[in-house]
Amino acid sequence: MKILVPCKRVPDADQKIEVHPDGSAIISAHLPFLLNPFDAIAVEEAVRIREQRDGETEILAVTIGEEVCQDELRTALAMGADRALLVVCLQPPDPWNVARILRAVTQREQPDLVLMGKQAVDDDSNQVGQFLAALLDWPQATFASRLNFVDNGLRVARETDAGLETVTVSLPAVVTTDLRLNEPRYASLTSILKARKQSIDQFCLADLAVELEPRLEIRHLETTASARSCQWVTSAAELVDRLRRETH
Amino acid sequence: MKCLVVAEHDGATVRAGSLAALGFAADVAAQTGGSTTWLILGHELNDVSQHAARYAAVLAGDHPLLAAPTADRYAAVIDDQTRRGEFDLVVAAASTFAKDVVGRAGGLLGGAMASDVVAHRWENDRLVMQRPMYAGAVLATVVLSGSPQIVTVRPTAYAAPQPRTEPAEIATVGIDAETLPQHIEWLELETRPTHRPDVSEAQIVVSGGRAIRDRDDFERLIGGLADALGGATGSSRALVDAGITPNEFQVGQTGKIVAPELYCAVGISGAVQHLAGMKNSKMIVAINQDADAPIFEVADYGLVGDVYQVVPELIQRLKDEPDRHHPPPES
Ligand SMILES: Cc1cc2nc3c(=O)[nH]c(=O)nc-3n(C[C@H](O)[C@H](O)[C@H](O)COP(=O)(O)OP(=O)(O)OC[C@H]3O[C@@H](n4cnc5c(N)ncnc54)[C@H](O)[C@@H]3O)c2cc1C
Ligand SMILES: Nc1ncnc2c1ncn2[C@@H]1O[C@H](COP(=O)(O)O)[C@@H](O)[C@H]1O
Repeated sequence: MKILVPCKRVPDADQKIEVHPDGSAIISAHLPFLLNPFDAIAVEEAVRIREQRDGETEILAVTIGEEVCQDELRTALAMGADRALLVVCLQPPDPWNVARILRAVTQREQPDLVLMGKQAVDDDSNQVGQFLAALLDWPQATFASRLNFVDNGLRVARETDAGLETVTVSLPAVVTTDLRLNEPRYASLTSILKARKQSIDQFCLADLAVELEPRLEIRHLETTASARSCQWVTSAAELVDRLRRETH
Repeated sequence: MKCLVVAEHDGATVRAGSLAALGFAADVAAQTGGSTTWLILGHELNDVSQHAARYAAVLAGDHPLLAAPTADRYAAVIDDQTRRGEFDLVVAAASTFAKDVVGRAGGLLGGAMASDVVAHRWENDRLVMQRPMYAGAVLATVVLSGSPQIVTVRPTAYAAPQPRTEPAEIATVGIDAETLPQHIEWLELETRPTHRPDVSEAQIVVSGGRAIRDRDDFERLIGGLADALGGATGSSRALVDAGITPNEFQVGQTGKIVAPELYCAVGISGAVQHLAGMKNSKMIVAINQDADAPIFEVADYGLVGDVYQVVPELIQRLKDEPDRHHPPPES
């Protein structure tokens, strides 16, 4: 079994995001970045699958971006990925192009399963997994909360607005992770140190014969702020009174 | 623009969120001299088609193989109908259904897709849209290139259009069972029965956070307050992770986005991921024992106290007062 895990570098969500005065981009100079939390869940699940299968599984982490994105690949290696691949792309690609690049990587690497985050917590698009499955004509199971291998493929419990849905998909397939799938491990210091020394393969878009086809153009960014000011009430009685007046 | 709106439904009526998506499409159509058409997929669609036809023309894809919303089959039909009808814009409400199914259709249709759109304008012959990023900390202005364009909209940002005076036409579309992909087999949907409204559609939402210690307390305090106010229950991620509430209760960046008339956050700290899902509510009430909790920064009314003391008293007082939320049936 071979599992491909796309990994995205995203700003740490605990940090306040600021935008350049001209609205062109966020100010990223001093922001700490990390592996997209949903992708960390995907790496963790891949490692657990390998553990269950007595090691007969290869996990390949791939990221698309600038050289610095190697940091997040090393996070994936430290968590247990076997190999890592950086596809160098200097402009941040939109979801369509991420999916097209991942399709090229998939065709080259022939994984049985692509396990990835349901959403990147920077752009919040929630698109790439679905695009990739469509491009490959593979089945998809999005928002996975539980995975089990069964005779004819994978049984996946999915977190939907209506409740927990169960589907089976044949392999190869694309599965996107939701929060309840697992709790990612912290890498040990030794594995972090080991991951630092591991080599990372690099491709450029030409190696994969992909030319970017821009679809989503971001013209302007602005920060949003809450305009509310809190009025304090000191008792349940006062709160009920306020609610009554506000909603009459 | 010629707009196709993919409806989400329960077999009887179109969901409120889909009507909001139609509202977006109708506005784009009006500004561009275009039209709106529903695409309804499922099995035994008579009732829902009639409901939908009160708002716009209907294309109904009715087939036993479409009885459950499997992404591969649904996306194949959306792709096919979009091409046949030469639609310029495919629209749906941003829900897990649309993210799954319409997202895949977007991949088949060339990937010009914007998710979670909250505002739009027509400018120099381009559809210019706004969508939140970074858990709602940033608002991005975006345009799509390529056709058709695929858009999911936040129902909280749009209103349903007025029903038509005469119902519109209902047409059935042919479903070719031979060519439908069947790589995904739908097995079951596990839901917890509830007498309360759906959290995404309710006018009043009461949400509980980590302050709530178990399921019984959630039902008694959060459920009790929701009932006293006539609303729905929701929760932070913390309670879903703890198994106290089901995943469909999660309000936030990666759960449901709500904007009711009244949102009560009970024992919720107000992490950015939670705020992303509720900060556009009309009125926000927060109850927390920590006066510095970030939830108070988005609240209109704040009460510092122990939810185990405050909430039972609130429920009692709401029950004692004249029945304003449940007017007696007219006799
Ligand atoms: C990738 C990712 C996605 C996420 N998505 C979401 C999401 O969609 N939705 C979401 O909600 N979270 C999400 N989170 C989690 C989020 O970061 C917070 O951890 C979570 O919202 C905290 O839940 P909470 O406020 O209930 O718990 P806590 O942060 O622990 O807060 C509990 C609050 O209750 C108060 N309290 C405790 N006891 C009492 C008492 N007796 N009376 C009164 N007050 C009391 C405390 O003062 C505290 O403020 C996500 C996190 C990640 C990493
Ligand atoms: N630049 C990227 N490199 C690698 N994987 C990515 C990249 N962008 C998105 N992804 C993957 O696609 C998932 C969904 O992203 P999105 O559709 O942008 O919300 C993420 O969780 C990642 O697994």
